[in-house]
Amino acid sequence: MADRPWIMRTYSGHSTARESNALYREGLARGQTGLSIAFDLPTQCGYDSDHPLARGEVGKVGVPIDSIEDMELLLEGIPLDEMNTSMTINAPAAWLLALYVAVAERQGVDRASLRGTTQNDVVKEYLSRGTWIFPPEASLRLTTDIIEFTVQEIPKWNPINICSYHLQEAGATPVQEVAYTLSTAIAVLDAIDVPDDVLPRVVGRIAFFCNSGIRFIEEMCKMRVFGRLWDRITRERYGVDDPKLRRFRYGVQVNSLGLTAEQPENNIPRIVLESLGVLLSRDARARALQLPAWNEALGLPQPWDQQWSLRIQQILAHETDLLEYPDLFEGSVVIEEKVRELEQAAWAEIERIEGAGGAIAAVRQGSMKRAMVESNRARLRAIEDGQQVVVGVNRYEAGESSPLVAHGTVVTPTQAAEQEQVDSLQSRRQQRDAAAVDGALAELREALQSGANVMSPSIRCAHAGVTTGEWTDALRECLGEYRPPTGLDVSQGGGPTGPTAEQLRRRVDEVSHDLGRRLKLLVGKPGLDGHSNGAELLALAARDAGLEVVYAGIRQTPQELIAAAIQEGVHLVGLSVLSGSHMTLVPTVVDGLDVPVVVGGIIPEADAADLRQHGVAAVYTPRDHDLSRIVGEMIEIAAKGRARV
Amino acid sequence: MSEELRDGLVAEVQAGEVRAIAEAMAIVDDLRRDGFLRRQRLAAELATGTPSHHSIIGLTGPPGAGKSTLAGALIRAWVDAGSGVGMVAVDPTSQRSGGALLGDRARLRFGPKEPVFMRSLATRHRLGGLAPATHELASVLRAAYPRTLVETVGVGQSEVAVEHVCDSVVLVIQPGSGDALQFMKAGILEIPDLFVVHKADLGAPATRTRNDLESILALGPGPGADPDWKTPVLSVSAQTGDGLGDLVEALDEHRRYLIDSGQGERRRSRSRIARVLDSFQSTYGSHGLELLGGRDAAIARAREIDGTDLDVFAELAALSGLASGGR
Repeated sequence: MADRPWIMRTYSGHSTARESNALYREGLARGQTGLSIAFDLPTQCGYDSDHPLARGEVGKVGVPIDSIEDMELLLEGIPLDEMNTSMTINAPAAWLLALYVAVAERQGVDRASLRGTTQNDVVKEYLSRGTWIFPPEASLRLTTDIIEFTVQEIPKWNPINICSYHLQEAGATPVQEVAYTLSTAIAVLDAIDVPDDVLPRVVGRIAFFCNSGIRFIEEMCKMRVFGRLWDRITRERYGVDDPKLRRFRYGVQVNSLGLTAEQPENNIPRIVLESLGVLLSRDARARALQLPAWNEALGLPQPWDQQWSLRIQQILAHETDLLEYPDLFEGSVVIEEKVRELEQAAWAEIERIEGAGGAIAAVRQGSMKRAMVESNRARLRAIEDGQQVVVGVNRYEAGESSPLVAHGTVVTPTQAAEQEQVDSLQSRRQQRDAAAVDGALAELREALQSGANVMSPSIRCAHAGVTTGEWTDALRECLGEYRPPTGLDVSQGGGPTGPTAEQLRRRVDEVSHDLGRRLKLLVGKPGLDGHSNGAELLALAARDAGLEVVYAGIRQTPQELIAAAIQEGVHLVGLSVLSGSHMTLVPTVVDGLDVPVVVGGIIPEADAADLRQHGVAAVYTPRDHDLSRIVGEMIEIAAKGRARV
Repeated sequence: MSEELRDGLVAEVQAGEVRAIAEAMAIVDDLRRDGFLRRQRLAAELATGTPSHHSIIGLTGPPGAGKSTLAGALIRAWVDAGSGVGMVAVDPTSQRSGGALLGDRARLRFGPKEPVFMRSLATRHRLGGLAPATHELASVLRAAYPRTLVETVGVGQSEVAVEHVCDSVVLVIQPGSGDALQFMKAGILEIPDLFVVHKADLGAPATRTRNDLESILALGPGPGADPDWKTPVLSVSAQTGDGLGDLVEALDEHRRYLIDSGQGERRRSRSRIARVLDSFQSTYGSHGLELLGGRDAAIARAREIDGTDLDVFAELAALSGLASGGR
């Protein structure tokens, strides 16, 4: 019998709830079969749109949700009892789920009929994505609260999507991906407190969110390994008898890391092949798929770009004969051997992590993070020296210019959208019933302190008009906030070697001698975007070239970065912004300092020109993958000092 | 380069103006020869204008003892009590590249408007867990703030140098590490003015470590210790905040003791001579010391010289006949 098509989604949302609602309705009309909500960074980090850290970030990488009114607008006209909705939300997952349930109730839809997924995997936030709020132990409690609640109240909901996706984006190898992800799943299940007869149902609701890279044969094998090891863990460790409940259920967003800004049309075949990695094998086929747009490395995609990716899915599902066969690789000696090789290595790594105290301990100690920073450095070095071929980047670079790029691809949400959101939030705060808000928040605090499940009081908060910032503040107060170890305590060894590195070091010595002390650099990330790998790699490369590097970490306001640069007496500042908020944040830092500033991020050429005009000494984009060259240029910029305008 | 000091710079530093403090730091942390006189003048003016109750507190101890976390909690306590705080955080320089990663800033977060000035520093191949300019930079901060913290790398044996930079030295150890015995062997137990057994929330192992320490201290003060100061052992958890108030109080008490007993000034002048001799020896070698009649004779001579580190250094250099001026 033919397999059923997977759920087809497009990860989207921007500007305001109203605009995103229009986007979702268009997507559904074009044949999308599920929703995938992208929240903006203030929402993901638990801040209201008018918080100082939210400035420039509202509506940038997703939709801002301040309170139930936004959620109602976002889902207007979309029948929630028929929809399958994936929400990429982690630290405040309980809150966004509470808002979703509250909106369903206002629509007259029964909770029990809701279907969808909350990402709700905080471990990978500490490892790679950076939108953590609370300490690991407290986060685990929130995660299990959601699981325990949904298993009883929303049985078709996937309360957690344990993510290997972001580990691959951070540079993890397939073995690291499998091992770290399953170790996280073990940490979550070990923390669950339900009666023994309920546990198998909980296990059956654990879902995964995976990535698929260009080495699509290996990726397919990786997915088979996931399936086998999950079957083994759920059987041996959690005693689940029903094979259906032991199935490795997963959704996928295919790899964005390998998409190139050079000759971006080449990304389409890449996306197709990466999709095959998770679709070809029926026994290890994805349940849901979302594809990036071909021009993601250039800026935020437009609806037409996303439609093209949806069409790829539809062609694969409906035109080809992909779904007509049983598993194509059953009995393949070659595939079986590869699967076994990965399986053994991953199992050994899982046992090692377990022996060292499990996934949460590994987060605390920073060991997983360090291992991934190392893998990513190895990957970038392989691209730099040509060992790993990337067509159009380090091989076959010359070619015709693309007519697609010429038509202009970049949309940037306007500053006006942010103001609109802030105004609407402030008027809502005025109009709501203050006593109801205070009462709901008091109940929430009580649950937090007594250890009771937070879901029911959170749903009451949602109905009362509590805001995202207020809800999260109550949790910050009761659960504390996380202070991260960086991946930067990587030991010696590894950095650039060979003649380039020697040249850089000699040059740093010369420049330092002239300056009177060693060349000093501040690396920081303004705004809320937590993707710190680029900044960390640059910091490491600069350290290995002989600079003294102050790493300020993520979630910095421009004022904090200015203060840091002054107090540290640096010669140069490097800022990394991947959320698209560079035009709001970077000029403020530049104006506050008299040392040169360079910027890296997903920055369209027009913006780059504006930034240079504003005094930024250099702008680096994903096209600039040669770290040694970047560090070399930065040394010269520091030697020259800030040009007086 | 100008040898002049900008008018008003010293007053602005003393008033805690952040950009002025940064400017003064740029002057003292500069190895170019031609700024020598300016550095000397600034150091002298800052030294005379700094109230003697402003103190420099060293946090030392092995890696993993939680020095950064404790520093964060201490600074928070001082700031909440209305005091401005300076901090110098030292991290190791990579032997191979000469570069360094300075990560404390990502761990310790203070608002841009709070009166906290934090400077990260790399060891730059100097032994002793401190960087060459640590004292000069800490002195600029001491001129601006009542409390200045110096957090060392924490490399055990070579921690002795911290004594020559700080008024009070706190040794931080974590429970169950056996560090107490290690430190005793290394002669480091004689240096601290206060002991902190950190991570007291760990319970029994913390109590045991504290008992071990107290029984070692009961053997009597070491040869170099202040006779009238009874070195306290405190249990602190920066995580829960337990014991933090006791630490703040004990540090205040030590500060009062230093002032009342006159030990503070005696220590500062001893430390200054030790620092000068160290840099004299690293510049001119043991040959230089012999020309002055050996280390003890050099110390005796140095005691007779008034002025800043640099004055003493220049005078000794002249006396040895090797050079005059410059570092």
